Amino acid sequence: MSIGFCRSTHAPLAPQRRCKIEKPILKIQGLRIENLAGEVLVDNANIELMPGEILGLIGESGAGKSTIGLAAMSYARAGCKITRGHIEIDGVQVRDLSAKGRAQFRGRRIAYVAQSAAASFNPAHRIMDQICEMPVHHGVLTHAEAEAWAVEMFRTLELPDPDNFGARYPHQVSGGQLQRAMAIMAISAHPDIVVFDEPTTALDVTTQIEVLLLIKKMIRDYNIAALYITHDLAVVAQIADRILVLQSGKMVELDTTANILHAPKATYTKELVEDRQTSDVFREKLLKSEREVILDASNIIAHYGDFRVLNDVSITVAKGETVAIVGESGSGKTSLARVMVGLTQLTSGSLTFMGSTLAPSLKNRSRDDLRKIQLIYQQPDVALNPRQTVGEIIGRPIMFYFNRSDAEITDRTAQLLHQVGLPEDYMNRYSTALSGGQKQRVCIARALAAEPTLIICDEPTSALDQLVAEDILKLLQQLQDDMGLSYLVITHDLGIVRRIAHRTAILLGGEIVANGPTGDIFKPPFHTYTEKLLQSVPELRETWLEEIIYKRSA
Amino acid sequence: MLRLILTRIFLGCLTLFAVTILIFAATEILPGDVASAILGQGATPETLAAFRIELGLNRPAYVRYFEWLSNALQGDLGTALTNKREVLATITPRLINTLFLAGYAAVIAVPIAIFLGIVAAINEGKWIDRAANIVSLGAISVPEFFIAYILIFVFATNLGWFPSLSTVYSDMGFWQKIHVVALPSITLTMLVTAHMLRMTRASVLAIMSQPYIEMAFLKGLPRNQVILHHALPNAAAPIISVIALNLAYLIVGVVVIEVVFVYPGVGQYMVDGVSKRDLPVIQACALVFGGAFVLLNTVADILIIMVNPLLRNSR
Repeated sequence: MSIGFCRSTHAPLAPQRRCKIEKPILKIQGLRIENLAGEVLVDNANIELMPGEILGLIGESGAGKSTIGLAAMSYARAGCKITRGHIEIDGVQVRDLSAKGRAQFRGRRIAYVAQSAAASFNPAHRIMDQICEMPVHHGVLTHAEAEAWAVEMFRTLELPDPDNFGARYPHQVSGGQLQRAMAIMAISAHPDIVVFDEPTTALDVTTQIEVLLLIKKMIRDYNIAALYITHDLAVVAQIADRILVLQSGKMVELDTTANILHAPKATYTKELVEDRQTSDVFREKLLKSEREVILDASNIIAHYGDFRVLNDVSITVAKGETVAIVGESGSGKTSLARVMVGLTQLTSGSLTFMGSTLAPSLKNRSRDDLRKIQLIYQQPDVALNPRQTVGEIIGRPIMFYFNRSDAEITDRTAQLLHQVGLPEDYMNRYSTALSGGQKQRVCIARALAAEPTLIICDEPTSALDQLVAEDILKLLQQLQDDMGLSYLVITHDLGIVRRIAHRTAILLGGEIVANGPTGDIFKPPFHTYTEKLLQSVPELRETWLEEIIYKRSA
Repeated sequence: MLRLILTRIFLGCLTLFAVTILIFAATEILPGDVASAILGQGATPETLAAFRIELGLNRPAYVRYFEWLSNALQGDLGTALTNKREVLATITPRLINTLFLAGYAAVIAVPIAIFLGIVAAINEGKWIDRAANIVSLGAISVPEFFIAYILIFVFATNLGWFPSLSTVYSDMGFWQKIHVVALPSITLTMLVTAHMLRMTRASVLAIMSQPYIEMAFLKGLPRNQVILHHALPNAAAPIISVIALNLAYLIVGVVVIEVVFVYPGVGQYMVDGVSKRDLPVIQACALVFGGAFVLLNTVADILIIMVNPLLRNSR
């Protein structure tokens, strides 16, 4: 186990930190967590956290990151049980305490920031009351003091209308604002340790950077020690002093951030780093032949009620081409996809597909038009009927569009499963028994079953882990090479765009602000918004965030 | 929010209108015939026909429906066929009696049910939770008349604390009434408490798996505070609905209890009406019951809108 690590002041703005040998504030030894079925979720985890130190926990979902983070607060989710190990906060063995004694540590000595602020704020209470609750309960501040402190924090963190921000209910503010409010809530009782559980994962890149900056500043100003849980290596590289790599509940590697990034030892860590690096590299992709436009959407205007979601949007997709539509949430990118498949009616404009006009509404489209445009959804979990087997799910479009015999359907299903890299015998399984990546493969096979010309992919990998997402992108790529498919990919992840898109269109507030070959879009001169997007994507350098702070203050 | 509430009220009126159609249709298909019921077996076909014309029963059903509806809207519920008395004049004191009994039972049942439901949720799986579950389940499983007779046997016959018949008069004092009506109201309490208790417990526990509840625990709050302050406000909607449903049941479902205790309420009046094929009485009672149901549920819907911050405040 390494001893306490003192942060170097590589950052231009970092204030001088005290640098003496101290006792760890949090010490976890031999931690083992099991679920009720007796499966081991976390095995023999050992962590030491010095005051003011930040330890990043990284791994895929199911690696046990959150479980360890919660265990540090001596909390286990329903169905999990801490079966062995010591958890020591500031010299006190927390597991030996009564339930009441443990509760006195939570919030006061060690606090928690959750992934989804929208779900973690109580919808029935005002934001201010929820922030003040903890310091008042633990007797740190009176209600009036806590309110004054919170308003001061709202001001510091540039939340809108700081004096009245707290009077709002959670549903009345945006996700980014709520995430900042939750960070304020976490430090309201002045804890020594904060557990950050994927605090920026639910945010889009431009919001993520603001929240990251705030967390970094807060940790520094209040000299808080932190466990920072994430699946994004580039994010944790900006924040953490040391990084712990986890895989299926076991510790793979624990080292300083610099060593993990530049000299990883374990194979798994090497894979993680390599994979993150390739997503930074832009490879120019060219079509093998002349651009032959198959889908031409021109001057599309669409409304939701009175609200105009798409304003004069024109876009073309050619045969064998991947077109990416990029934008933050609310930019209208999903609406554009819905217009193309006919789920949302356009107000004006025209859709031409393979030389003929597409009816604006799904109902009026011919079966052949429906067949040729297929959709892959963001969340494979909800896109598959849990009561149907994989064979039924894939066989249904074969039956619907081609009316084949049962034997032919089975043959074709097997062939499709093989194509998407799943074993044939998965045909008889229910989708609930599959992992996220396997489910997305089934969704792709279902789309392929209709033998489409164009597949619209709505955030196809954002619900998946980094390595799994990479495999799905490779699969899509290979299918395109083999079959000459066209893709319209909707995403907020520029990493995907750089790797697979021939052309890119950037949407902002329902309008296209940039459109062209991906290489041109990401080469200067940029549109200001494109530049902002590009600069907001975390890079795999420890100094990336510091440089932004430096640039902004300059 | 105002628009939502007005929509609810409009929907309530619409439901009530549908209820009037159902009531009228139901009394139309009721077996038996008023004329022969009143005149008896010995009446000749000619007298029966003449009597039907006198009652207006020879006219088409829709004409009689609209006549009845427009009269009812003006507060005229017609006259009883059997004793020629104004239905409204008879039903009003009886309705007051029924509401008194229902309110009496509600004042005991609602606080007990919610309190025990919350206590059970806080102590989920412990002995107090199990005891509350078993006792309440037992109480709903036993038929109401059985509970009533057991109570009469113990408290009226053996101990002599309360009278076995709950006959009330308009000149009785309030406390005297409370004493006389004690047994039927305890019977009703036992019937409705279980349902509300179990619903309160289930709604609170359903909220307990939400991320904001986990957050409340991670703030270091004790379990009872998490439940009272964080879970209960979010469980309010289903609890309000089930209370409204049970209050409606207290008004509507008392028929058997009123008969057992010979209590002069609307339920007993309706039973009399049915046995005598007295259509205006049956229709008026059904209308009162339907109206109570619709009114209570509409009030519950409005309360649910008002306790929900999402609906109360727009963005």
